Amino acid sequence: MQSSHSASAPGGAKLAAHFASLDVQKHAARLGMWLFLATEILLFAGLFACYAAYRFLFPEAWAASSRSLDLLMGSINTIVLITSSFTAAMAVHYAKEGKNKLVGHMFFLTLLMAGAFLVIKYFEYKHKFHIGTLPGRYYFYDGIQVPGAPMFFTVYFASTALHAFHVIIGMTVLAIIMVRAYRKGDFGPNNYTAVELGSMYWHLVDLVWIFLFPMLYLV
Amino acid sequence: MTPSSSIAAPGAAPGHEAHHDEHGDHPSYLVDGTTVKSWLLTVDHKRIGIMYMFWVLLFFLVGGIFALMIRLELLTPGPTIMDAMTYNRTFTLHGVVMIFLFMIPAIPAIFGNFMLPLMLGAKDVAFPRLNLLSLYVYLAGAGFALWGMLNGGLDTGWTFYTPYSAHTTTTVAPVLFGAFIIGFSSILTGMNFIVTAHTMRAPGITWFKMPLFVWALYATSCIQVLATPVIGLLLLLVSAENLFNLGMFDVARGGDPVLFQHLFWFYSHPAVYIMVLPAFGVMSEVVSTFSRKNIFGYRAVAYSSVGIAFVGFFAWGHHMFVSGQSTFDAGIFGALSMLVGVFTAIKVFNWVGTVYKGAVEFTTPFAYFCGFLFFTVFGGMTGIAVATVSLDVAWHDTYFVVAHFHFIMVGATIMAFLAALHYWFPKMFGKTYHEGWGLVSAALIILGFNATFIPQFLLGNAGMPRRYYEYPERFQALNVASTAGASLLAFGFVIIALYLTWALIYGKRVDNPWGSKGYEWLTASPPPTHNFVGPQPTYPEEPHFYVDPKKAEVSDAV
Repeated sequence: MQSSHSASAPGGAKLAAHFASLDVQKHAARLGMWLFLATEILLFAGLFACYAAYRFLFPEAWAASSRSLDLLMGSINTIVLITSSFTAAMAVHYAKEGKNKLVGHMFFLTLLMAGAFLVIKYFEYKHKFHIGTLPGRYYFYDGIQVPGAPMFFTVYFASTALHAFHVIIGMTVLAIIMVRAYRKGDFGPNNYTAVELGSMYWHLVDLVWIFLFPMLYLV
Repeated sequence: MTPSSSIAAPGAAPGHEAHHDEHGDHPSYLVDGTTVKSWLLTVDHKRIGIMYMFWVLLFFLVGGIFALMIRLELLTPGPTIMDAMTYNRTFTLHGVVMIFLFMIPAIPAIFGNFMLPLMLGAKDVAFPRLNLLSLYVYLAGAGFALWGMLNGGLDTGWTFYTPYSAHTTTTVAPVLFGAFIIGFSSILTGMNFIVTAHTMRAPGITWFKMPLFVWALYATSCIQVLATPVIGLLLLLVSAENLFNLGMFDVARGGDPVLFQHLFWFYSHPAVYIMVLPAFGVMSEVVSTFSRKNIFGYRAVAYSSVGIAFVGFFAWGHHMFVSGQSTFDAGIFGALSMLVGVFTAIKVFNWVGTVYKGAVEFTTPFAYFCGFLFFTVFGGMTGIAVATVSLDVAWHDTYFVVAHFHFIMVGATIMAFLAALHYWFPKMFGKTYHEGWGLVSAALIILGFNATFIPQFLLGNAGMPRRYYEYPERFQALNVASTAGASLLAFGFVIIALYLTWALIYGKRVDNPWGSKGYEWLTASPPPTHNFVGPQPTYPEEPHFYVDPKKAEVSDAV
């Protein structure tokens, strides 16, 4: 009695008993996701506020430290992530047409690129650990002798690590949907909300990087 | 008055006539499934609300014990029952427990969860499983925080200001991380409520026919969704500072502690409205019911909730008048803070207008409404005073500020919490309590609260700083008065606990003892598992649609 009863509706989507109709249920899911994305934006907004305050305080350190980042790796990562957002969007397109195999393939490509992003990020991190451009008191790099440089790397590591964490969460979500598309293959014109929401989350992860890249690499 | 006769009144929903014939097949949510599993894994918003009630009341007890310990310690100028370090931990834990574990979830998570779907004619909230998840996330966060408290506790004050919180030797990180987790529970509840208000309204309930409690919850949820992530980030940064020396607020390397304060109050000031807006919503329901009138100026009250939520986001700087903020900023923040007072005043005038020429029934919830009105106006006026920069420079970090926020944030919220508990007790459990004891304890609590905090206004004005372990002899008389008031307050709560527990077991069976025409009362008390039987009801009349009390209803008065 306690669990909400489910009934099958045409097209394979399940209508939970407490919703008036399937349309309302989809609308609710989408609205919920938008609200969740709003919280994510506010989460990063706090970090951006820190960035803005410290860049205002230490403009020279910001410029000098930004030069020390590997612009090539950062640019490649940006292209990789934007492309992965394109394949995620294609997955939604195919889900609407009921082409489940293509949905799976598209998410597989997205995951591949997300993995590539993390690998490149790993090499960037490894280099920084090696030369000592590290946050706060762990900073031991000789190349930049401007006050405030350790603070740049505090902001750099805090924001890229939080972003990488979101990439991993996004990958998990997309992997689950990918498996569902391959195994169950029940996405169709009336049942693509899960693909859509997963893809929306992935676009947010991408969007945050689109802000982080110029803020950190192109100062 | 039998339940069916109240339902047959004008404005009753179709589908309710058949309701009582089928009652036998549709047990109330309380008895529908009696195993422990049926409670712990339920997705029923009503059961989740009840479980929240259990835990929130438990943490209220914990926070209350800390409060009494503080008051006992301050009974004498020197050491009384504890050493200075224990005192620092005690007031920190009092703040952390009361704010994060009691006041923020209190009204939305208990009464909001229970009433929101009932008030919208929905079978449940939009995401029932997320709702259950929010409870367990809350408990996980509370577990972390309690673990930290038992393993040393922290002495930073609930505000966790850097640089001290980054360097203190006490257990900061687990408590911060616990608060971070609890934030997720708050976000989940807020998201759920917003989506529910958008998508789950029954036919006939337009935006401007929603009960005002729903409007207040909606405004609260917007704050929860938009402000909580910022403190989530901040708590992560401070935890990282504390554990790994991340260095974001490290002054030695150019970090700025004032930046911490900005981010902290960007959440924690709106958080005050997370606590007090639901209280305003409860009071709009209570005043309508017990004045037998719909609220005076419905739209003004609804919009002012949203207005407070909006303006509340631009007032945080008034916590930092003496933190090195520019005078210009301080002036702007002061003026913006006063706007909150304007919106609150709109509400107060409308509540008073509702009582005017109403047929007032002076029951326990109404007694709390009276106390609430006093605390809101008094606390609000002192709020205007401390928002004035020149005055606040003198009052900052004194007991005047402590008394001010206890009046407005705690006083108003506690009054509304108790009013809601009494008003909706028959709705939740289908039983009623002893009205006489209700009034006695309401009197005790309102008097006790005043006796506790009016002396603190005087102490603060005389210059006693907050968070100090010792004080000069000349402050003792007022401190003794405050401790005496706190004892009275505690005594009132004990009485409530006793008679409500008694009522839970032996209380008289009732359905709608108030004759209320709020939407939530249109179904049975306690409601069946899916809130109503048969098709979704429609709501042709606005909530609290009472016939003119002077004419038709006098003979039928409850």
